[in-house]
Amino acid sequence: MKGMFQRKYLGIPYALYLLVFVVLPLVVIVTYAFTDSDGKPGIGNFLNFFTDPNTLGTLVYSLVIASVTTMVCLAIAYPTAYFLAMSSIRSKGAIIMLMIMPMWINFTLRITALKELLTMIEGNLARYPFMNSVIGMTYDFLPFMILPIYNQISRIDKSLIEAASDLGADRAQAFLRVLLPLSMPGVISGISMVFLPAMTNYVVLDMLYNSTYIMGSLIGSYFSAYDWHGGSTISLILLIMICLFTLFAGNDDEGTVRGGSIL
Amino acid sequence: MIRKKSLRILAGLASAVLLTTGFSSIPVRAESDVITIRVCNWEEYIDEGGWEEDEVIDLESGDVFGETALYEEFEDWYYENYGQRVHVEYSCFGTNEELYNMLTLGDKFDLVCPSEYMIMKLMAEDRLVPYSEDFFDEENELNYYIRNVSPFIRETFETNEINGEYWSSYGACYMWGVLGFLYNPEALSEEEVSTWNLLVNEDYARQITIKDNVRDSYFATLGAIKGDLFLSEEFLNDPDYHERLAAEMNDTSQETISEALEFLQQVKDNAYSFETDSGKADMVTGKIYANLQWSGDAVYAIDQAEEEDFELCFSVPEECTNLWFDGWVMLKDGIEGDADRQRACQAFVNFLSRPDNAVRNMYYIGYTSSIAGGTDGDEIFEYVDWCYSAEEDEEDTVEYDLGYFFDEALYEGEDPEGAGEYILTVPEEQTRRQLFAQYPPQDVTDRSAIMRYFDGDSNARINQMWINVRCYNIEKINAAGWAAIVAAIVLILGAVIYSRIKKGRNKTIRRPHQPQ
Repeated sequence: MKGMFQRKYLGIPYALYLLVFVVLPLVVIVTYAFTDSDGKPGIGNFLNFFTDPNTLGTLVYSLVIASVTTMVCLAIAYPTAYFLAMSSIRSKGAIIMLMIMPMWINFTLRITALKELLTMIEGNLARYPFMNSVIGMTYDFLPFMILPIYNQISRIDKSLIEAASDLGADRAQAFLRVLLPLSMPGVISGISMVFLPAMTNYVVLDMLYNSTYIMGSLIGSYFSAYDWHGGSTISLILLIMICLFTLFAGNDDEGTVRGGSIL
Repeated sequence: MIRKKSLRILAGLASAVLLTTGFSSIPVRAESDVITIRVCNWEEYIDEGGWEEDEVIDLESGDVFGETALYEEFEDWYYENYGQRVHVEYSCFGTNEELYNMLTLGDKFDLVCPSEYMIMKLMAEDRLVPYSEDFFDEENELNYYIRNVSPFIRETFETNEINGEYWSSYGACYMWGVLGFLYNPEALSEEEVSTWNLLVNEDYARQITIKDNVRDSYFATLGAIKGDLFLSEEFLNDPDYHERLAAEMNDTSQETISEALEFLQQVKDNAYSFETDSGKADMVTGKIYANLQWSGDAVYAIDQAEEEDFELCFSVPEECTNLWFDGWVMLKDGIEGDADRQRACQAFVNFLSRPDNAVRNMYYIGYTSSIAGGTDGDEIFEYVDWCYSAEEDEEDTVEYDLGYFFDEALYEGEDPEGAGEYILTVPEEQTRRQLFAQYPPQDVTDRSAIMRYFDGDSNARINQMWINVRCYNIEKINAAGWAAIVAAIVLILGAVIYSRIKKGRNKTIRRPHQPQ
């Protein structure tokens, strides 16, 4: 009885999962996106999206909000991860733990707390909707930026930096020419983990009283108006953007995958 | 499969025999012969029991107390009265649209409780089962709904129609109310909250919330932009006032929608937020001054605030208000022509309409039941009296007439001997607070209109308007904004291309050290 059990059978559960929860929904989305409400196939939905100033504006607004969030996250996360990885303190594990800890708490709960805090500081939240959204998303996504960068930097062989100094590079040069390029896979992985969710995470905007739609809320509004076609079209556009981004960042270095895999 | 089917036929026969011989004998039935009804209701919209000992409502006609959930109690009640075992599969939905999507995607329910416009939509799509004739038999003492429903509600349901069929044939009203403002009386005067224009009042910029829901927002907007017309003598004295008001409040012409869009854009710039559920909490914690709100939620919020010694009030703008209902309807897809199941569903509605159960629901959820009592005693009115009547030694009191809701005689068009039977003496503040919200006086319901469901084109137009309000219009980006966006894109692309070129060079010259 040869081959009663082969190792590849272990993949069956995941293949099933993939089929039911990834492939099938995708087929449904694509079908809806390329048909109109009478079921006739066509690309009318996409034309609508790219000609309507409101939906295009939403795309721009989401991109801007996501970019600003990503930059803020990066500006906070990189120095943090750098100093943490470079320092010789023993309790690194504990510090990293402290940074991940907020993720153990449900995020709507955290945003609710943040809302109260911001109200105390600002008085009236509704006056600064854009800034509040960025603060909320940064609060939400920061750990996703810190961890990959930290992991990537701690993997870098410190002797490389010593070698750079030996060859006459000063500290700034050593950082810019050696460490920064080597840490890029972590940065890219961090960016993809912050930028893409930030484009659709409308719950944060809702909870912090930003009344302007981003891509996620737009999808929701189409669905609640029973317009499956419009909603699917936007989902597909987002999906294509994600694919492009991953392709673009992915062939850079196999380290990207490694950097991202720690979460 | 076949066995099951034959069992069902047997059961049907048995119940037919039972019906003819009366309910006294308890039938012998197999355990498997339990009817299951799938009920889907709004979240937190039924008494789920578990009251504290001190929550007993001691009315003249007896104590009312919620020990277990009503949908569980129904199972025993049904067995006792109809001699058939029933099991209620109870579930909840969050919005009318969510319910509609669930039904479209194939979820099966027998009895659901959507709002009036969704009932109209379901009726128009021929998805509902009409109530059977015996549901309307007032002689049958188990028919609590028809015996006790308020004359005001009954008349509304018997005069509104969709495609020539009256609502009353398909829907049994559960809760009802009006739309208005919940407000903080220390911050806003009664005059300021008496108009829908409060939404664009710049004195209260970023202090007022509106609903994140196109229908309610559109209604309030129509009230504001047509306000001058509604308050004109000519309009108010028109013999067809109600018909005209209803027509105006269901105006979905392109012209009106454009005006509404403009108004709502102002609202967006002026309001605190578009909220779905946070408005009540924000009122109670004092974050905002006013909140577009349904009367039932207003009662709840005023109660909550009261516990914190904070005063909130409710007002209904002078121009007009939206009269809304939630009602029980039976679905064709669920019932599938099964008479036993339909009977159980109708009995469920009747059970909820028993005055003591209606009181329990009202106490638990704060909304206003469609049930007024009457044939089965005055328990509901006693409850209102128990809640709101002034203490004997209280000074600042007024009379509050609820005849239009409770007095059966008015519905039948008689001039009743006992007119004035349903007048309460209440503390003056209650004319702005819970009582006003829970049982608005007749002048409020007189200026109310029902907003119908929007079909086809008008629905598309209104949804497009809503998207235009909520989206960031690309034309709003000015030259500096575009410059910044272009600069950012150039910068990012530049950095990427630069790193690629550098990398390519590195690869050809020397292999960099691989980490690790």
